[in-house]
Amino acid sequence: MRCERNNEANDRDRSIMNSLPLTYNTLIVLTGTSLLGACAGLVGSYAVLRRRALVGDAISHAALPGLCLSFLVLGHRSLPAMLCGAFASGVLGVGVVAFLRWATRIKEDAAIGIVLSTFFGAGYVLSQLIQQHVTSGSKAGLDSYILGKTAGMIYSDVVLIGGVAALCLLIVVVLYKEFKVVSFDPGFARVQGWPATLMDLLLMTLVAVTVVIGLPAVGVVLMSALLIIPGAAARFWTDRLGKLLGLSALFGGVIGGVGTLMSAQFSWSPAGPVIVLVGTGVFLVSMLVAPSRGAVARFVGHYRFRQQVRQQNMLRLAYQLTEDDSREVFTLTDIMRHSSEPVDAARQILSQLGGLNWITSPKVDNYRLTDAGRRRAAELERGFRLWETFLTEHADLAGSYLDLDAESVDRVLSPQMVAELEQLLQARGRWPRGLAHSSGAAS
Amino acid sequence: METTTSSTPPILDIHDVTVAYQRKPVLWDIDLTITQPTLLGIIGPNGAGKSTLIKAILGLVPLASGVVNVLGRPVAQQLRVIGYVPQRESVDWDFPVSVLDVVLMGTYGQLGWFRRPGHAEREWARQCLEHVGLADFANRQIGQLSGGQQQRTFLARALAQRAEVYIMDEPMAGVDAATEHVVFQLLQELREQGKTVLVVHHDLRTVPKYFEQVVMLNMRLVAAGPTATTFTTDNLQKTYGGRLTVLDEAGDALRAQQRSE
Repeated sequence: MRCERNNEANDRDRSIMNSLPLTYNTLIVLTGTSLLGACAGLVGSYAVLRRRALVGDAISHAALPGLCLSFLVLGHRSLPAMLCGAFASGVLGVGVVAFLRWATRIKEDAAIGIVLSTFFGAGYVLSQLIQQHVTSGSKAGLDSYILGKTAGMIYSDVVLIGGVAALCLLIVVVLYKEFKVVSFDPGFARVQGWPATLMDLLLMTLVAVTVVIGLPAVGVVLMSALLIIPGAAARFWTDRLGKLLGLSALFGGVIGGVGTLMSAQFSWSPAGPVIVLVGTGVFLVSMLVAPSRGAVARFVGHYRFRQQVRQQNMLRLAYQLTEDDSREVFTLTDIMRHSSEPVDAARQILSQLGGLNWITSPKVDNYRLTDAGRRRAAELERGFRLWETFLTEHADLAGSYLDLDAESVDRVLSPQMVAELEQLLQARGRWPRGLAHSSGAAS
Repeated sequence: METTTSSTPPILDIHDVTVAYQRKPVLWDIDLTITQPTLLGIIGPNGAGKSTLIKAILGLVPLASGVVNVLGRPVAQQLRVIGYVPQRESVDWDFPVSVLDVVLMGTYGQLGWFRRPGHAEREWARQCLEHVGLADFANRQIGQLSGGQQQRTFLARALAQRAEVYIMDEPMAGVDAATEHVVFQLLQELREQGKTVLVVHHDLRTVPKYFEQVVMLNMRLVAAGPTATTFTTDNLQKTYGGRLTVLDEAGDALRAQQRSE
């Protein structure tokens, strides 16, 4: 009874799309897929954060044989029965993954790969079997579960999706704090008395239910994308779990809705791939332009850092050239003898240092450190030499310290250690000239 | 907690504990009883089962045999009195939570199901953060902290648990001097408040300085007791075998200990 509706719905859809505004039917489909996307985005973010993203993929692929089997057993199409079958075989698939990990030395990714392809293979064979041998008029359309089809969605489907979405939202909100601690630090959560394993199971059940209700629209092959992409994209925009969940649900809803509209526009395109491609668009935009975590922001940050390091190195070189007080002025030729920078770059950096009032240029390609520049350079030099001495004198401790940069010595090492290293520098005549002695020991 | 007579149950009572991974035992027949509040260091070579011992105490790994009682009852019923500092590497520091969020997690146990941390918990978490010198970092994402600061965040979270028994897995591994000092002071304060603290520790040189009691472990319990009488060259040899560098380190520590006595 569903397939007759399909054609009808397709025709209607096309005419609707050609003549926006939205009609009742489009609105139904749009609501359904948006709710589905939001729900998948919500529970999917936790799956991503728990590093269980691929479990969703295993569930959706493993659902296909159950779907086909319940069709075979019943002999006709019944959505609730088929979804129950899908849920059962999806959960069985995850169970097999867990069993393989527990009983053999196979790692989780390999186990997921094995289960996913085996179940999907079996499901596909079953679906072809049905195409060949079942003669009732309702066999057509099983294929649509592989890549998804939104056009057939009716009011009762949307109610089902809405119900599941509401349930997921309720659980995620009510158990927000519990899921937060279990996801971040399961060991700590267990010591605190939270049933981490049960909560993981609950989370995976929500994922499984979401996957199953999403199968008719998005299909088994690409359903996991709707779980993973919104959360992964939202992570670029925020550092807080609450915001991440909200944003991920929003992204999921938009991806589902826009994907549906686009796929309905072109009747030859299955919904799953179109929805995923829209998701990819959202992900790409997030990855590129998000502030601080986005690729552009990171590139700019990295460039600035590189500039800073190159300026520091140039300033130190200028200091080293004039440290012995034999001269004040140094030339570009002196610099080029010791620097790895190309000439043009060296000139550019020197002019940047001039802009900071750390060096002046009495005449072309001749330079001199200003008083401020000399002080700054001597401090930098002290930091570098202290680290250098620390790394050679205390190689055994060195591995346990992070944050090695010129300005971090006094922050990271103890005052006693800094004093000891400063004495060593002085004894070896490596103390930066013109710098007041033992500033670290005083604190 | 101040006075412990023979009638009160031991703070920690580990009896006959064996832990095996894939049928390969990693801890054999561990017996250990702590009756008085103390600062206790757990030491031993890599792979000696130090972390496994505390995970066994906490119920995080299944026991092949044995029982663990805390204050007279099975550990599973006493989780509220235990504060836990796991190894820093055990979590994903890119997780989208702030420093204050993590410290607040320490209050979750007392809040129980469904209740959200409110103003009182926030205030308490801030105090705990201030205690470890991280008050200014409350709103940072945890990945933006240095290693030592991350370790201190975990300590603040354990403080927020308001526990009686604290169990810490290598809180001083790979941290800066400032953090090591904070940890040391914190251990002293907890001890003064009559708490018991078990610390897995790797640096033999600081054992006599930090710990009143010591447990020396090498898959089995080599020795346990007051540091002054237990942390001896003989026991070190039994624990570490003939590894020279380690014994040198311990020799330094022993000399330092003698000097300070």
